[in-house]
Amino acid sequence: MPLGSLSPDLVGVSRRVSLQRGFLILCALVVLLLFEAVVPLGASSSPNTTSGKHGSNRTKKPFPVLSFDYSHVRMPFEISLWVLLASLMKLGFHLIPRLSSIVPESCLLIVVGLLVGGLMRVVGEDPPVLDSNLFFLCLLPPIILDAGYFLPMRPFSENLGTILMFAVVGTLWNSFFMGGLLYGVCQIQGTNLSEVTLLPCLLFGAIISAVDPVAVLAVFEEIHINELLHILVFGESLLNDAVTVVLYHLFEEYAGIGSVTVLDVFLGVVSFLVVALGGVLVGAFYGILSAFTSRFTSHTRVIEPLFVFVYSYMAYLSAEVFHLSGIMALIACGAVMRPYVEANISHKSHTTIKYFLKMWSSVSETLIFIFLGVSTVAGPHSWNWTFVTVTIVLCLVSRVLGVVGLTYVINKFRIVKLTTKDQFIVAYGGLRGAIAFSLGYLLDAQEFPMRTMFVTAIITVIFFTVFVQGMTIRPLVDLLAVKKKQETKRSINEEIHTQFLDHLLTGIEDICGHYGHHHWKDKLNRFNKKYVKKCLIAGERSKEPQLIAFYHKMEMKQAIELVESGGGVKLPSAVPSTVSMQNIQPKKPLPDRAIPKISKGREEEIRKILRNNLQKTRQRLRSYNRHTLVADPYEDGWNELLIKRQKLMQMEKKMSNYLTVPAAPPDSPTLSRARLASDPQAYSSKPASGDLPTIKVDLASPQSPDSMNLVDEFQKTAALQKDDDDGGLVMKVPPEDKEEEQKGEQDSKKEQQQRLMRCLSDPGPGGDDEDEPFLP
Amino acid sequence: MGSRASTLLREEEIEEIKKETGFSHSQITRLYSRFTSLDKGENGTLSREDFQRIPELAINPLGDRIINAFFPEGEDQVNFRGFMRTLAHFRPIEDNEKNKDPSGTEPLNSRNNKLLFAFRLYDLDRDDKISRDELLQVLRMMVGVNISDEQLGSIADRTIQEADQNGDNSISFSEFIKVLEKVDVEQKMSIRFLH
Repeated sequence: MPLGSLSPDLVGVSRRVSLQRGFLILCALVVLLLFEAVVPLGASSSPNTTSGKHGSNRTKKPFPVLSFDYSHVRMPFEISLWVLLASLMKLGFHLIPRLSSIVPESCLLIVVGLLVGGLMRVVGEDPPVLDSNLFFLCLLPPIILDAGYFLPMRPFSENLGTILMFAVVGTLWNSFFMGGLLYGVCQIQGTNLSEVTLLPCLLFGAIISAVDPVAVLAVFEEIHINELLHILVFGESLLNDAVTVVLYHLFEEYAGIGSVTVLDVFLGVVSFLVVALGGVLVGAFYGILSAFTSRFTSHTRVIEPLFVFVYSYMAYLSAEVFHLSGIMALIACGAVMRPYVEANISHKSHTTIKYFLKMWSSVSETLIFIFLGVSTVAGPHSWNWTFVTVTIVLCLVSRVLGVVGLTYVINKFRIVKLTTKDQFIVAYGGLRGAIAFSLGYLLDAQEFPMRTMFVTAIITVIFFTVFVQGMTIRPLVDLLAVKKKQETKRSINEEIHTQFLDHLLTGIEDICGHYGHHHWKDKLNRFNKKYVKKCLIAGERSKEPQLIAFYHKMEMKQAIELVESGGGVKLPSAVPSTVSMQNIQPKKPLPDRAIPKISKGREEEIRKILRNNLQKTRQRLRSYNRHTLVADPYEDGWNELLIKRQKLMQMEKKMSNYLTVPAAPPDSPTLSRARLASDPQAYSSKPASGDLPTIKVDLASPQSPDSMNLVDEFQKTAALQKDDDDGGLVMKVPPEDKEEEQKGEQDSKKEQQQRLMRCLSDPGPGGDDEDEPFLP
Repeated sequence: MGSRASTLLREEEIEEIKKETGFSHSQITRLYSRFTSLDKGENGTLSREDFQRIPELAINPLGDRIINAFFPEGEDQVNFRGFMRTLAHFRPIEDNEKNKDPSGTEPLNSRNNKLLFAFRLYDLDRDDKISRDELLQVLRMMVGVNISDEQLGSIADRTIQEADQNGDNSISFSEFIKVLEKVDVEQKMSIRFLH
């Protein structure tokens, strides 16, 4: 894009130059950081005598104004440095445009790790090795949780059979094929490998054959392949954890003893079922707990994301306690709790969860790859040409054979068959990664004298798959013209028609007497709607049909987009119809979460008003409380308040002498907005939350508590609680500011309110019929 | 074909059905046994009550429409041929059929015919358009009674607005096809009839 009179070349060049300069500065910064890290590592070897005990022979020294005491912050300091390094590297890669499109990020990070490790070697420090505990307990869970929480359930469940086949049968085939052939090779004379017996070989096969979710995610994220292939490879990498765990433990147990009996094999099979199903059950249990907890968080929105994270992590740890598959537990937990939690939590919490998960998983991934590089430099290596090359070759061969063979069987049962292109991508996408490395590293050196050789081979395979396969998969995908992911969002048409087809297919299946995929899915949905949703989702949302929820989400997104793009302000022409839609609920109380439909012009106008007034209210904020959220116009309560405003205007027109109908005070939208900020389901009566540490700021509101009751009554809640609006919110926005344009009406309002307060004690006609809509 | 009193399926019939619908021999016999089990009156045809006796169909929101789809225009009984003809729409598309010569008649389970079947379920008055009212009816059936008319109306309006290209405020068959081009209809509208 030419800037004025500059020619495009000059612009491009100057941009390149500034980018390169930026990157150089970044590099310098990184080097500085490294030295800063390395130097204290040396300094800390000398114990630091800190502020002392009062010894009798202490001499009086001048009071130290500035002292250097590194050892007591050493651990967190180093961790932070590593994380900072990882993040800066990630930043740096994306500043260089060409590089990130050719080389996948994982490769670059491993290279960085190698460099850092080399640097540390040069300086004389011992580079740290990727501690397996650290890896399995800290670095892996965020990535898996991110994957599990955002797992697209529909394609996953549709292809579950295929995925399980690849994960279970494929991994078993890989491990035994590789283990067996490696053993055969080791027995060949002349390779001086004969001390490697069968069981260690099988163990090695088990470790190396598992497709790694971290590596797959890292690479597949960038190539935007179509959903089916993505879910196949990715699902396989997640579900093969159970197989890997069982095989690993089985072979590790018996490798020392040296023989495996039939009973052991049988126990192994049983163990597999226990590990897999147990992991899923543990995860589902914690998922349900989390969903249940989120039902009650409407007053403490700030800690909602915490529940999601902590319950999931507990699921993972609990599964690890029993040596069940922690990955499957985490996936099950995320997948089970997601629909219910999302129905319960606020919009902000949803965003928080999403971004925290993405952030943590991104940092984890980066750290893992960097540490892989560093560990390569660090660890003791024992290179054996035969072993390594045979391993690599066998990896490729067994993967290809496994995929082809399994696809042949699977295609008999699939409606949409897997083509050769698909098979190739599935085979080629079987990357190995850090899990294999950590498992190898965990091996006991005593029992497995060939451990270093194993570790070297594992690292080589990882490097090979990540570098060679990772780098070439993108051009191959383009070359083979594999279908890419479709970027467009789901339209309402697709949603409606898909549901329609679901019902249709279920019906046809029932007519045929065929209990297929649709039949069971329908049964599950029915069970879900009837029992589970009632328990786990708070309030009226439990009855919201999926279609409506989808539509609501879509409208919200569109409204937000409209604001961000600065949509034009149009005067509304259809106010009555949109308002009446909310009021006329045949024979039903107003749902707590009124689903809005406002014409866009109306939205815009109201947004504009909110924006203007919000600026003023911020200045008037007197106090601040850490525990509650500040009202925000984009919080999900604003659409309710818009409806309420319209209702108000309508009512004002119609009730000049209708005394018994309470005139909601003009600032009620603000107050309810303020309230709604902490509770979008404001229409339900809120229990007085006296234990909530809030500071009430009453900014000269002309409204007495009595008038708050009007609002409640107006909202048709059964329980009128005087202290209703005190719960949950700090800031009472001054009404005068907001309703400047309704100043004139306020006087008449006050009169009506006084009349109304008299009326409250004396119910007039129609005052007891809460359900009656105000509009005729 | 008129209704037949015989309950046995003859070889020629099987051959004819095979040619017309593409089902295999074993699938036809299996579905025939299902047909006879549904046919309580034992007269070789199914009536609407026979279908309604299927319990799961009663709770299906589209149950009535699906049943109606089996019965040709104006009739109250469907024989086995008609039964199979309707079910043929849901046969998975096989690879070798994809490359069949276009000069022959389109098989019943082609993508076009599948979509046409679904379209006809929306379009009750057979005017080749899904009007707003027809869409509202379907939405109402799928969504239940809790949602207000106006809300459904706005959803219907939005749906038509998205799909409508020629501005006639209704969805024609070609617009319907276009909207569903991203949906994998071949997979979604296929049942894996066991061999």
